This record gives sequence, C-alpha cells and structure tokens, in this order.
Amino acid sequence: MTDARQGLTGLLDTEAIRKDFPILDRTVHDGKKVVYLDSAATSQKPRQVLDALNAYYERHNANVHRGVYTIAEEATALYEGARDKVAAFINAPSRDEVIFTKNASESLNLVANMLGWADEPYRVDRDTEIVTTEMEHHSNIVPWQLLAQRTGAKLKWFGITDDGRLDLSNIDEIITEKTKIVSFTLVSNILGTVNPVEQIIRRAQQVGALVCIDASQAAPHMVLDVQALQADFVAFTGHKMVGPTGIGVLWGRQELLEDLPPFLGGGEMIETVSMHSSTYAPAPHKFEAGTPPIAQAVGLGAAVDYLTSIGMEKIHSHEKAITEYALKRLLEVPDLRIIGPTTAEDRGAAISFTLGDIHPHDVGQVLDEQGVAVRVGHHCARPVCLRYGIPATTRASFYLYSTPAEVDALVDGLEHVRNFFG
Amino acid sequence: MKLDSMYQEVILDHYKHPHGRGLRDGDAEVHHVNPTCGDEITLRVKYDGETIADVSYEGQGCSISQASASVLNELLVGKELSQAQRIQDAFLELMQSKGQLEPDDAMEEVLEDAVAFAGVSKYPARVKCALLSWMAWKDATAKALSEGKTA
Ligand SMILES: Cc1ncc(COP(=O)(O)O)c(C=O)c1O
Repeated sequence: MTDARQGLTGLLDTEAIRKDFPILDRTVHDGKKVVYLDSAATSQKPRQVLDALNAYYERHNANVHRGVYTIAEEATALYEGARDKVAAFINAPSRDEVIFTKNASESLNLVANMLGWADEPYRVDRDTEIVTTEMEHHSNIVPWQLLAQRTGAKLKWFGITDDGRLDLSNIDEIITEKTKIVSFTLVSNILGTVNPVEQIIRRAQQVGALVCIDASQAAPHMVLDVQALQADFVAFTGHKMVGPTGIGVLWGRQELLEDLPPFLGGGEMIETVSMHSSTYAPAPHKFEAGTPPIAQAVGLGAAVDYLTSIGMEKIHSHEKAITEYALKRLLEVPDLRIIGPTTAEDRGAAISFTLGDIHPHDVGQVLDEQGVAVRVGHHCARPVCLRYGIPATTRASFYLYSTPAEVDALVDGLEHVRNFFG
Repeated sequence: MKLDSMYQEVILDHYKHPHGRGLRDGDAEVHHVNPTCGDEITLRVKYDGETIADVSYEGQGCSISQASASVLNELLVGKELSQAQRIQDAFLELMQSKGQLEPDDAMEEVLEDAVAFAGVSKYPARVKCALLSWMAWKDATAKALSEGKTA
C-alpha cells in the first residue's frame, strides 16, 4: 500500500455495504474478483432493490389506477408510494411534480417536446434560442438539436475551458432575451465536473428563460434538493442510483406542468375521451401515457430508501475521499493525462484519462483481463473528445461501494497495460 | 495468458509499423466510424483496370483496428478484384466465427497475416474494430465501381 492511502477520511463501511451487492462477489477470467469501476454508466443493485422487484411481481402485480380489487389497489399504492419516496428524496414541494419516465433521455426529450408544442410564453420557435453546453451527454444535446431543427430556433452552447470547466465568460452573450430554455448537466459524466448552477440560473432568470438540469450524475451521488436548485425541470435516471433499468424521473414546477401540453397520448393520461377530442388528467398523469414501468418505479422507491438509509451526505464524502485518492494515485502513473479537473474540488467521482498514445480500447481490454471493469470510448459525449482533440478516453467511476483497494487495482492494472504495449 | 490470443505478435507489429498508411491519390474515398467507440478511418481505393493499385488510409483507433487496416493494405494491394473479394469473404467468416473457427491451411493461405485475428473474434466488442477498414474498403470499391472508375 502507498502512503497516499494514509489520512483517508470520510469513508463508508464498504465491507458492510458490499455485502448488499451480490454481483460484487463475482469473479471473471479464472477467479479474478470483479473490480467494478463503471458506476457512471450504470450502478450495481443491492439485494434490497432486487427483493422489492421480486416481491412486487410475486405478491402485488396488477395494473395500476384501474382495478377495484385488492392486489390492484396494492399495486397502485406501491407505484404511487414510490412517487412519494422520490419526491421526498429530491425535496419536491409536491408529489404531483414527479413524473415517471423510462430514463433520463426520455425525461429530457419530454421537456423538449413540451416546449416545442407549447403556447406562449413557453413556445420555442424560429425567433427564439435554446442554450446547452459542450459537456453534455448526447441525451441533453440531441433532443435540443431536434427541437431546433423542427422549430427553426437557434441552438447555442457554452464551451469548456482547458481544465474541464464550463466557460461562462460570455454568459451574457449566450443567454439573451431570446433564450427560452437553458439545459445543462449538474455533473459531467465524462469530465466529472460539477457545474456552477447558481450563476447560470441567475442569468436565465434575468432574461426569463426556463432552466432544465440533467441530474443523472448528481442524483446518485449527492443531496439533490430541487427547491434549492431553483431550476424549472430536473431529469435523472434510476439505474445509476442503485435502481433498476427502465425507470427515470422528470421533476417539473407545478404551474409549468399545468400549463404545458402533453407529449405522448394514451391511456392513463386522459380525463375524458370522445372521437373528436380529449381532456387530460392533471400532472403527473398527463405526462405518463400508457401502463407505466410499475415494478421499476417500485424498485426505484427501494433504491431511494437504500440510499437514504446510508445518507447522501455520507455517500458524497465517501466518493470525495475515493476521488481524491484516485486522482493522486493516477497522477503518479507515467504518461497519464487526466481529462477534466485534476483536483477533487467541485468534482464528481468519474475520472477520464488517456494513457500515452495507447488507445482506450486497448487499455480497457488489458484491464478487463485483470478483472478491472472501466468504460472506454467517448461516453456519449463526443463533443468533449473533439474539444480536447482525443478520439476517446478511459473512464473509471466510483460509487458508495468503491474502495481504495480498487483504486490500487486500477493503478496496478495500468502499469500492466503500459508494460504490455510498451 | 488469454490476452495473447487477441494481441498476437503479428498484430502488434502491424500496429507499431503500419503498412501503406497515409492518404494517396484514389478513385473513391469513404469515411467510416465505429459509433460505439469513436474509431474512424478515411480510406481511398485506386484501381488499375481490375487490379487494386492502392488502398490508402488515415484514421485513429485501437491497435486492432489500426493493425487490421495495415494487414488489409498488405494483402489486397496488387490483387485482382475477384481475388480480393474472396479474401474479404474469408476474413469476414473468420471474424464472425466467435472464436469457434480454427483456421486451416487453406484459409491461412488466403488470409496470410490476417489469420492472426482469429483470437479477436472471441471478443464481440472488438470484432467491429477489426472489420472497420474491411467494410470501408468494400464500400469504397462499390463506390469506385458505380462511378465506373474500374474496367
Ligand atoms: C449526464 C447524463 N445524462 C443523461 C444520461 C442518460 O441516461 P439514460 O441512458 O438512462 O437515459 C446519462 C447516462 O448515460 C448521463 O451520464
């Protein structure tokens, strides 16, 4: 062990936590323990969540909001109970502001489509502007490009500085009186950067623009308080926060959800239907057409309970300590260049890097042979790679179950990579 | 170690010392990308009647995709189109074999250095890397043919 590990404080009891995650006991390649460093792509799931999914299907499965029989009412109570849990988790003023979607991508597309079909004063059209940033996940770029193409609105974005921060030096030129919506990520999935929400929101409010925050990489890792954020919409995805796949969340301010039009039509989202026209159910149901992902919502409720029982502040401190340690150890590796902030200040637990001119695919392959699972590629954030003139990066990301020993395994693995291609 | 079955000496050699890299004059050019990982190649073909006069390329990517382009250049330049297509077919078959195909002498004769990629076929995520330049070559050739550049 190295000296760097001394003085690590704020760590969680990972020995106990890891017992909750059956997959972390797996081995690959003839008995090598899995070192899972890809939680930014998707997190692993604790037994508590798996049990909730099973219990739902084994005991309470029925369609929601329809039946009058006992298990249908149980299913509805579980589904709506999950909404209460999520609302409490993000400190939403009202449970009716929590819309279930299938993932963050759908949440962001939903906002873009609400605004594309909205009446004044929200309507995005030819004379208006949409603002995003160069460090977004494709999920927060493409829906806005589509909206811009369809409406003729102009798409503008903030660039990135050399050290991986948003370049807000020209904020008054980017966000203007013409701006209708500013959509940006709270934490970058590729650079790890935590963005200065307040400064952006202040400017957006000055010009009367709406603000949408992609909290996909924030909700799993830190206290997320939508009232403190002061945004209009907040999107995140269940599978990155120890929940199942197939469930996402869009939080939106109540008056907006009342005013804005639905996007998908179907069962569940209506009040009355005739062959000529329909009226809609109030939010959130207005935005949840069809049978929702019931079991997945229940699973997300269990995930939120799990995270809350450990404590989001403690999870954040744990990750900060691990990230600090990982940055220190990675910077010792010859030829390694961190893409993104090199200190743990305003930084999440995803660290991207390049290793000399060894391609990330090759890095990832050799690491896999040692059981170390990292993500390689452009991480659905190709503009970031273009910005730094690199084809791809290797990314290690940490979560509440990550340990300093796993950081050491990564660093040892990288030594092996360098020898292999040296 | 299992890694050695993927990273054969021949592959690493081609990666470190690529054949025919760089863009030269051609009849048709294509640009292919592997969207999952960002590997890219720009490839040009030049025909002299039915003979492949040159395959030139420029790109970025992992050792597998780069070595594969180098092997392609070495194998195909100077060949007749029909023969090159047979080589391409054999390579495709090998890469789609999921590690089940043990190249025999006949295959080895057709594929030469390219048989070294047999180990790569066990890794689904890397098969696309190995095929990137071959798909680009096929596409560029079709383009050259449709533009009537070859006899
Ligand atoms: C910052 C960010 N936004 C959006 C997404 C999209 O999440 P999903 O694929 O679950 O829709 C991701 C995850 O891949 C992400 O990291």
